[in-house]
Amino acid sequence: MKIKADTGVCVGAGMCALTVPEVFDQSEDDGTVVVLEPDPPASREAAVRRAVKLCPSGALSIEE
Amino acid sequence: MTEATPGLMTYTTARERPFDPPDALTRAREETPIHRMIYADGHEGWLITGYALARAVLAHPGFSTRPEFLHPPIQQRLINLQEIRMQPGFFLRMDPPEHTRFRRLLTGQFTVRRMKQLEPRIAQITQDRLDAMEREGGPVDLVQAFALPIPSLVICELLGVPYEDRDRFHRDSAVMLSLHSTPEQIRTAIDDLLDYLRALVKHKHAEPSDDLLGGLVAGGELNDEELAGVGLLLLVAGHETTANMLALGTFALLTNPKQLAAVRDDPDVVEGAVEELLRYLTIIHIGPMRTALEDIDLDGHLIKAKEVVTIAAAVANRDPERFGESETLDVSRSAHGHLTFGHGVHQCLGQQLARAEMRIAYPALLRRFPELRLAVPAEEVPMRSDMSIYGVHRLPVTW
Ligand code: HEM
Ligand code: SF4
Repeated sequence: MKIKADTGVCVGAGMCALTVPEVFDQSEDDGTVVVLEPDPPASREAAVRRAVKLCPSGALSIEE
Repeated sequence: MTEATPGLMTYTTARERPFDPPDALTRAREETPIHRMIYADGHEGWLITGYALARAVLAHPGFSTRPEFLHPPIQQRLINLQEIRMQPGFFLRMDPPEHTRFRRLLTGQFTVRRMKQLEPRIAQITQDRLDAMEREGGPVDLVQAFALPIPSLVICELLGVPYEDRDRFHRDSAVMLSLHSTPEQIRTAIDDLLDYLRALVKHKHAEPSDDLLGGLVAGGELNDEELAGVGLLLLVAGHETTANMLALGTFALLTNPKQLAAVRDDPDVVEGAVEELLRYLTIIHIGPMRTALEDIDLDGHLIKAKEVVTIAAAVANRDPERFGESETLDVSRSAHGHLTFGHGVHQCLGQQLARAEMRIAYPALLRRFPELRLAVPAEEVPMRSDMSIYGVHRLPVTW
């Protein structure tokens, strides 16, 4: 699993950082998504998928 | 809901029971997720009651939030819509890319991490209110003693608005958000708040400060009129909403003693309970609303350009296809994904702040006063069905 994040689309709502803080953070400057772990372990897969679904702007996607 | 023409619905805000959305809207959702709706000015638009379609509309770039394209779903709403002029900086009512410019300047201030850093301060403010309640003794109105001052103080501190001035913005924003205010009253209230904020911005030019407004002034990217508009949006959006969640949420817990006990006694329940209260109570009473900028195919329904879509978030949040046993309050369910903060590019900027306030305030209140109870019969609690943000006008409690 590989996470792709489009900071051009991100609106900084923070749902990703709230859902899986181990994988997502937000930039101090503009609040857009920072992916801490682009290739997360299988144990976090379900949570990452949930974060992708919760993201309001469609900034996150997963490449299998 | 009265059937004006066969198949044409009208919107309603009247609720039969304090915690449930209007029955007519629930019945509408049970029939179909999308309906033709007649607006107060005769416009024939749409009503969305299903969860999946509501999300699809809010995520779609072809829908606009600009006030000049909207039509009022109910009569009283007409006034409010006309009076939300295009104040520079009021980015809730802008579309991308104009919206993006403002949103980007602010999101850095509202990150999950920033809000975590604010938590000790929120906890302190909460304890101060509880101390004051204890000194005063019951019964008290929980709205005035607890639910309103906490978010008010927090947003004032965050923005850099002296707390002494809170009465002025509280009074003005109550007028703005009431469905019964006249156009004149609303215009006067907006102008008064803007005048106040313009003076505050001037002051921050002269005396730099490290609060949010001070930071935006120093950043130099926004002109003074835009800064006043941003301040207006944050002040109004940032305190009535959370205040109503705190009071209405407490009322809901008081009538569900088992759920109340879980929130009071089990710290692991609190996070989920906050999401569930947000879902179950959906204080967004009307809307969100959007206007199609082009012809849009929405799951087989053709929404024509210029047609307005009103989302009944309260019933979409009880869509059994998404939330299962959706009509009951169950603090142990996973309510994530509810629409109470909206969805899409306008999804609430302050949601992580609101969550932090609720996670701290509910358990703190219930632990300080384990015997907390209503001081009047539940039927006598005055409900805010006349405001655009639902909740209680007063909540007399004692302990
Ligand atoms: C429980 C409390 C709250 C609820 C239920 C709530 C709800 C909402 C909703 C539904 C929207 C989107 C409206 C739309 O799409 O048309 C929104 C937007 C917004 N909210 Fe909140 N809100 C809450 C608390 C706050 C707080 C504490 C703040 C500020 C500190 C805030 C600031 C904003 C701003 C600035 C927007 C506009 C965002 C944009 O247009 O990009 N809100 N809120
Ligand atoms: S949830 Fe989506 S919009 Fe929000 S910060 Fe994360 S990537 Fe950005």
